[in-house]
Amino acid sequence: MELLVASAIGILTASGLYLVLRLRTFPVIMGTSLLTYAVNVFLFASGRLTVGAPPILTDATRYTDPLPQALVLTAIVISFGMTAVVVMIALGAYLGGNDDQVDDLIPASDAEDRT
Amino acid sequence: MIHWLILPIVLPAFLAPFIVLAARYHITIQRVFSLFGAVALIAVGLGLSVEAASGEVMLYRLSDWAAPFGIVLVGDRLSTLMVTLTAVLALFVLLYVIGSKWDERGRHFHALFQFQLMGIMGAFLTGDLFNLFVFFEVLLIASYGLMIHAGGTVRLRAGVQYVLYNLLGSTLFLFALGAIYAETGTLNMADLAQRVALIDLGETVGIRIAAVLLLMVFAIKAAVVPLHFWLPSSYAEAPGPVASLFAIMTKVGAYAIIRVYTLIFPPELAATADLHTTWLLPAALLSLALGMVGVLAAKQLDRLVAFSVIGSMGMVMVAIALFTPEGIAAALYYIVHSTLAAGALFLICDLVRAGRANLDLTAQPQVAGARLTSAMFFVAAIAMVGVPPLSGFIGKLLIMDAAVQNPYMTWIWAVILGASLLSLVGFGRAGSTVFWKARAVEAEEDTAPATAPGVLCYVGAGGLLALLAAHTLLAGPATAYATAISQQLFGPERYLTTVLETPGKLSDGKEEAH
Repeated sequence: MELLVASAIGILTASGLYLVLRLRTFPVIMGTSLLTYAVNVFLFASGRLTVGAPPILTDATRYTDPLPQALVLTAIVISFGMTAVVVMIALGAYLGGNDDQVDDLIPASDAEDRT
Repeated sequence: MIHWLILPIVLPAFLAPFIVLAARYHITIQRVFSLFGAVALIAVGLGLSVEAASGEVMLYRLSDWAAPFGIVLVGDRLSTLMVTLTAVLALFVLLYVIGSKWDERGRHFHALFQFQLMGIMGAFLTGDLFNLFVFFEVLLIASYGLMIHAGGTVRLRAGVQYVLYNLLGSTLFLFALGAIYAETGTLNMADLAQRVALIDLGETVGIRIAAVLLLMVFAIKAAVVPLHFWLPSSYAEAPGPVASLFAIMTKVGAYAIIRVYTLIFPPELAATADLHTTWLLPAALLSLALGMVGVLAAKQLDRLVAFSVIGSMGMVMVAIALFTPEGIAAALYYIVHSTLAAGALFLICDLVRAGRANLDLTAQPQVAGARLTSAMFFVAAIAMVGVPPLSGFIGKLLIMDAAVQNPYMTWIWAVILGASLLSLVGFGRAGSTVFWKARAVEAEEDTAPATAPGVLCYVGAGGLLALLAAHTLLAGPATAYATAISQQLFGPERYLTTVLETPGKLSDGKEEAH
């Protein structure tokens, strides 16, 4: 199971990073979403992987660490909100400028210098 | 338990929804409440600073849960100083916003402003790393709204870059927190300080990676080269007063580095001992140099100021990277100066817009109210460049003095002095083009002369300059206090015992009677 979780985090991070390095907003936002999924699983795994144990300290000796679950919950909510915000701003920029490149526009004065 | 400590977070947290829900269509009521919030925050900040000045560490346990289990807020000299500084900056920015009517150009300015303050105050006061992340997100999400306030395609594009960059920074922060939790099983700063020191030197791989990741996250916030790319566009395109408030946001990164790397990963910790000299110092010198080269190369006034912010953050980081009590004290003196100077410069940039088509560094007809605006630009530029007589000079002197013992002293002195010269030339050229050459350009006759900015605008920008002058005149007491802060940071016993040994619910594993 460790191998499965670790490779899932690795693949998600790698594809996320690749997408983040694209030049258009849609792939970049997809990339950040993948990265946040990766980090959620990573946070979940930071309390060690235990199967079939309650996240509460009973008289049983086996239990799952409940704190990472709380952390993941917070992280999910925040990343969900942030992604919604960035989608809205990116849509606004796209509809206003009719162009969804992420990098800087070259100002008119600079463009003259370069040609 | 001092309940005052949570007021800097709770007060804006209540004001903001009130402004959105009850005063939505009444700009005057919004302004009154926003101003009231800022003034009250200054009062609370000053009260907390007086309390903390004696060396006392204030503790607030949320819901009274004892330290490693519950979230705590900690108020020591450093956090209360930063809280007061934020509140003071916020007041003058608000005065400018009201004077220039920036808040009428879009919606919900004051509500977002209060949420922004809530996030910044929380980041300064919290004693828990994950809570620090949450407050970072609060201040970021409010800053996204503020940054694109009043809209416009160029601003939205810059906003997308800013949001995406910070989203990646937040992801990195979570990775760092996950790694720290996996290694130590705690995220409380005081608890971490004790547990990290216990880790066997042979098994420090995980915690070292976490330390580097965390440093990168804070370096993104502090815009240290090569992680500074988000800053120039977003600060230049943000509305002037918002950029001015953002002057404190880079300092949140600097604060976090000081806090975490004196408390959790102190310089004498063997596992992360080389981190500061190997990575932070070269990066800081590079930011200082690159920022000031950017000042020289900038073609717009707002970008010039944005690059000077990168340069001055480089200066702060050089002082922090020394990681000596003298270095941190010098950094703290310079942080206060740099916040005020950058805040004032962004407000003055916005003043220059009156009557000019754009902020390009070309000769255009004289701006409205040029006499006062140019004088203020002159003073603020002197402060930012760091030539006598203002506090930038004293701060630089303190940093260079603190660097004398450092093995890289030659490099540090050379870069600081060279960068100062570059920024002097850059600011001199910008000022003379914008204000001096404008006298030779005739205004086109068919355009109506622009109205000069209102009195409140000048009060906002001038107030920050007056504080800079006060920071210079009171340099003696200010450095003495900065030294006291840095002594407290390098002797964290009182912080640790206050946080970990104050009884609350669940201390010693059993509930106390309350």
